[in-house]
Amino acid sequence: MEAFTTHTGRAVPLRRSDVDTDQIIPSDWLKRIERTGFGAGLFSEWRTDENFVLNNPAYAGASILIAGVDFGTGSSREHAVWALQDYGFRAVISARFADIFRGNALGNGLLPVQLPAQIVESLQTAVEGDPAVEITVDLVAREVRGAGITASFELDDFTRWRLLEGLDDVGLTLRHEEHITAFERTRPAWLPTAG
Amino acid sequence: MGRTLAEKVWDAHVVRQAEGEPDLLYIDLHLVHEVTSPQAFEALRLAGRPVRRTDLTVATEDHNVPTTDTLAPIADPVSAAQVEALRKNCAEFGVRLYPMNDPGQGIVHVVGPQLGLSQPGMTIVCGDSHTSTHGAFGALAFGIGTSQVEHVLATQTLPQRRPKTMAVTVEGDLPAGVTAKDLILAIIARIGTGGGAGHVIEYRGAAVRGLSMEGRMTVCNMSIEAGARAGMIAPDETTFAYLAGRERVATGADWDAAVAFWRTLSSDPDAVFDREVVIDATTLTPYVTWGTNPGQAAPLGSPVPTPEDYADPAARASAQRALTYMGLTAGTPLSEVAVDTVFIGSCTNGRLSDLRAAADVLRGRQVAEGVRVLIVPGSMRIKAEAEAEGLDEVFEAAGAQWRSAGCSMCLGMNPDTLAPGERSASTSNRNFEGRQGQGGRTHLVSPQVAAATAVTGRLTAPADL
Repeated sequence: MEAFTTHTGRAVPLRRSDVDTDQIIPSDWLKRIERTGFGAGLFSEWRTDENFVLNNPAYAGASILIAGVDFGTGSSREHAVWALQDYGFRAVISARFADIFRGNALGNGLLPVQLPAQIVESLQTAVEGDPAVEITVDLVAREVRGAGITASFELDDFTRWRLLEGLDDVGLTLRHEEHITAFERTRPAWLPTAG
Repeated sequence: MGRTLAEKVWDAHVVRQAEGEPDLLYIDLHLVHEVTSPQAFEALRLAGRPVRRTDLTVATEDHNVPTTDTLAPIADPVSAAQVEALRKNCAEFGVRLYPMNDPGQGIVHVVGPQLGLSQPGMTIVCGDSHTSTHGAFGALAFGIGTSQVEHVLATQTLPQRRPKTMAVTVEGDLPAGVTAKDLILAIIARIGTGGGAGHVIEYRGAAVRGLSMEGRMTVCNMSIEAGARAGMIAPDETTFAYLAGRERVATGADWDAAVAFWRTLSSDPDAVFDREVVIDATTLTPYVTWGTNPGQAAPLGSPVPTPEDYADPAARASAQRALTYMGLTAGTPLSEVAVDTVFIGSCTNGRLSDLRAAADVLRGRQVAEGVRVLIVPGSMRIKAEAEAEGLDEVFEAAGAQWRSAGCSMCLGMNPDTLAPGERSASTSNRNFEGRQGQGGRTHLVSPQVAAATAVTGRLTAPADL
């Protein structure tokens, strides 16, 4: 996993709530068996509208997405995270994330930053007023800074450490394999198997 | 202090607990399908890791499979390659697979319960958000991403933060003609698409106890549409009766031991939920969605809502945008909305009782002129059972198309899609923009409403035929 410490970049305001993962990456793209190359599919239906914010040249190269509440709802497709990253995003700011999306993002080093709705709104207004303004997402300090705004966000110490180090969950878990083996010996005989 | 059902199942699966770290949870059953697994198997291959418990891993082909001409090769080369990748991965890693045309094939969330693999008190995961379906048995079942699929394949565990708990108590009985689908749509409309975020919902109360296992699966299936991590219903005699005699369920003394344990799986009377919601079942009527998220639902007897009536600016903007996408005008009676297509199927409503309910409406009636009706059983076994009862003849006599098993038009990864601007009444779970095909417009309904809508060509409850 790509480590995340501090990132500074320009941001795109996406003033929509309930952005579901079908919008982030439509199901046609899910037929691919690779992990890469999903950037072209990011918001592909919405990008057919020339007024969609990602089509605004002023936001080209932006690396932070500032979205409405309940971002990443619906399907569990991790392809949504891969698409955001492949397009160039390093962090998404929203007032609330869907649980599965949030887990997928944290597992890939795309930082989901949860901030109060009024701060998200202020950040959106700021980058609408000046698309060139730079925002810093600082995981070390657990702080978002930019456009005259400083806001701290929560992330538990363990998850933060894992992101700062870029550690892969499977490797961490396999350090505790003896616990897994011990647990397996306690499982009741009547539990079903694949057969 | 007492514990909730979710807490009991959680506690029984903690492999390792450490201060400040997520709990490491053991996973009893890992269901796999072709869409969210190829990158996970590839990662195992690159790391030289095996699947730890092939005996707790079951795969099926469902999202991409065509529902017609299933003996022919899959026409879409990208879909075909994905299905082929699953076959190769399952063969290489030793995972049991139910492929297309196998009598055991079907939608992953239909296959688990029908085999008896989904049992009370288990932890069940799948790279699919509708894994919440299996919570109907009192299992803790939730959807995961592909990196987590890899993690479970490699370790049979998942690091997880303990979720909050939420009780949704549905008091009273559902009126005649009101189904499990109407109930869950009403619940989502009430608490919103993010209302369950971070929580496991336990559905309780007389109306929930009164549901069949299939109805309970419909309710739990759409927990994710309320943003919940999972949905659960405490097991009872209805659950045990459903499980008894199924292929992968214990027998004899093992069955007795299992049932004795299952009887302990309910929330203690003094358990405290982080949040509680009470719904009065007796006031419910058939529900239908009007917008582009499952929370945008209303009674079928009501008009399309007026965005200006929403106090919350985000909800107002969302409603306005949804009406534009859906091509609807505020104030129009929902029962006047005409559809082109009716889809009956999916992991939400593709089970035998759903098909029987639809057949009861369609028997002796005709599909309206110009309306395309697809009826897609949730599994090959359900297809065979429906045919043994003659339901296929009822559907075909009415002018509906009887198809083979798969996810089909729920998400349109196979050839079953809506054309731009086409409108459907669909028994599936998501009315997102473009979900059933680019530019398609989806109204979520129960199988009964779907069948009645097929007859009139506009959103209709059976009582109004």
